[in-house]
Amino acid sequence: MTYAIDGWFAIEEDGVRLLGTRCADCSTVCFPPRPDSCPNPRCSGSMGAFRLPRRGRVWSYTNACYPPPAPFVAAEPYEPVTLAAVELDEVGIVVLGQVKGLTVEQLAVGMELELTSGPLADGPLVWMWGRVA
Amino acid sequence: MSVVVLGTGMHPWGKWGRPFLEYGVAAAREALRDAGVAWTDVQYVVGADTIRNGYPGFVSGASYARALGWSGARVASCYAACASGAQALDLARTRILAGLCDVALVIGADAAPKGFFTPVGGDRPDDPDWLRFRLLGATNPAYFALYARRRMALHGSTPADFAAVKVKNALAGSLNPMARYRKPVTAEEVLASPMVADPLHLMDICATSDGAAAVVLASDSYARRHTTRFVRLAAISTITPVFPHTVLDLPDFATDSSVAVPAPERPFRAAIAHAAYEEAGLGPQDVSLAEVYDLSTALELDWMEDVGLCPPGEADKLLRAGETTLGGRIPVNPSGGLASFGEAVPAQAIAQLCELTAQLMGRSGARQVAGAQVGLAATQGLFGHGSALIATAHRAS
Repeated sequence: MTYAIDGWFAIEEDGVRLLGTRCADCSTVCFPPRPDSCPNPRCSGSMGAFRLPRRGRVWSYTNACYPPPAPFVAAEPYEPVTLAAVELDEVGIVVLGQVKGLTVEQLAVGMELELTSGPLADGPLVWMWGRVA
Repeated sequence: MSVVVLGTGMHPWGKWGRPFLEYGVAAAREALRDAGVAWTDVQYVVGADTIRNGYPGFVSGASYARALGWSGARVASCYAACASGAQALDLARTRILAGLCDVALVIGADAAPKGFFTPVGGDRPDDPDWLRFRLLGATNPAYFALYARRRMALHGSTPADFAAVKVKNALAGSLNPMARYRKPVTAEEVLASPMVADPLHLMDICATSDGAAAVVLASDSYARRHTTRFVRLAAISTITPVFPHTVLDLPDFATDSSVAVPAPERPFRAAIAHAAYEEAGLGPQDVSLAEVYDLSTALELDWMEDVGLCPPGEADKLLRAGETTLGGRIPVNPSGGLASFGEAVPAQAIAQLCELTAQLMGRSGARQVAGAQVGLAATQGLFGHGSALIATAHRAS
C-alpha cells in the first residue's frame, strides 16, 4: 500500500484519517501538518500530532474536464477528476481533495461528505472525499 | 512629496514567439519616449521577474538594463507571482518617496507557455505547488471554479451572469489595440465554449499570453519640470493575509483554522484594497474606474464586492444594470481585462497602471471613462502576495 505522500493521512481499520497538527498553546489546528511552528503569529507554541475529523460539508466543488498537466498522472482513457473543498466539523478547516464515487452533477454546497481514499492513476493512494457511509 | 507616472509603454499582448526581453525593451523604450526621458537619465530600473524563461528572467532588472545598455543605474529584480508588477512599482515608488531617486523605470514582460500553468520544472515533492498537481490535479482554473460554484450557492450567480462579464470585457477589448482578443462575443458563445472546470467554460477563464508593460515614475518635483498635468501613484498596497486566512486560496490544500483565533474583520482580497484606500485617504465611493484581476469571469464579480464597489452578493445586479460597462457609473476593467489580454504574469499589474494612467489623462479614446479622477487596480499573486494600487489625476495650479 503505497501512499502518494507520507504523513498527511493514514488508512486504518476503521477508516481514513487526515493527519494534522495542533498547537499546545492556542489550540490552532493545521492541515497539511506543520510540525515546526504554530501559524498563529502571536503564538510560539509547539505543534503536536492531531487527527482531523472525518466528516464535513462541501464548501465548494468542481472537476477537471481536461487531463491536468504533469506531475499529475492522468488515467487513460481520461475521466474527469472531481474535486471538493470540504469544511471539516469542529476544526473550521476547509480541505481540498479528489472526490470518489460522485460527479459534479451529484454534489452540492453544504452536502455532507466523509474521508476515504483511492489510487492515483499510477497507483499510489491519496485521501479522497466520498459519500457518508 | 508624491510619485508621478511620467510615461507609460506597452507591447501588445498575444503569442508572438519572441523572447520576453524583446517585449520588455519595446515597452520600456515606449515609456521613456512617452515620458520624454532618456534611458541614461534613469536612476533606478526595476524588473518584475518571469520564472518560465530561464535565468535571465530571474534577474530581469539586470537583463533589461543590459538590453538597454549598461548605464550604472541602481537596479532591482523581484518576483511576487501575479503581484510582481505591483511589487516592482512599489520598490520604485518607495525609493522616490525616500528622496533617494527622482526618476525610475519599471518593466515587466513575459513569454507565456501554452495551456495550463504548470509547476516550475523538476520533481519537487516538498513544494506545495508541485503537490497540488501530483495529488489532486488541481490546476489554477480548478480554484477559480471553486470560487465560482461557491458564488452560485451563496449569491445565486448563474453561468449566464459569468458570461455577461465576458461579453462586457470582450466589447472593451475590441476597442483596445493592446489587447490580444479583440472580437466582441455573445453570451451564447461563452456558454457554448467547452467546459474546463465546472461551472467555468473555456471563455470564462483567462488565457496565458506574451506581453510587456513599462512605466517611468518620477518625483513630484522632477515631474513639475516636465509637465503641469500628471497622474499620481497615490498608493500601493502589497500585503499578506492576516491569520487565520479562511478562504481556500490558490494553490493551497487547506485553509487556516477559524476555530482557535477568530477570522479577521476583512477577508484577504478586501484587505488588499482597503490598505490602498487607507494609504491614499480615499474610499470605494471615490473610485471612477477599477481594473481587477479577472482570472475568471466569476472572480471579477467577487473582486467588485471585495474592493467595496457594492455589498457582498450584489455584483451581479450591478453588472446586469450596466453600471460596470463602458459608459456606466463605475466601469470595471475598461481595458478589456484579463478576459481580453490573457495573463502575462509580471507585466499585468504594470499594464493595469498603464490603463489607469491613460484613463486619468483622457487618452483612452473610444474606451474613455468620462471625468475619470481616481483609478483602482487590484491583483493577487498566489502564496499570499496581494496587491492593489490607486492612481489619481492632477492638474498643477
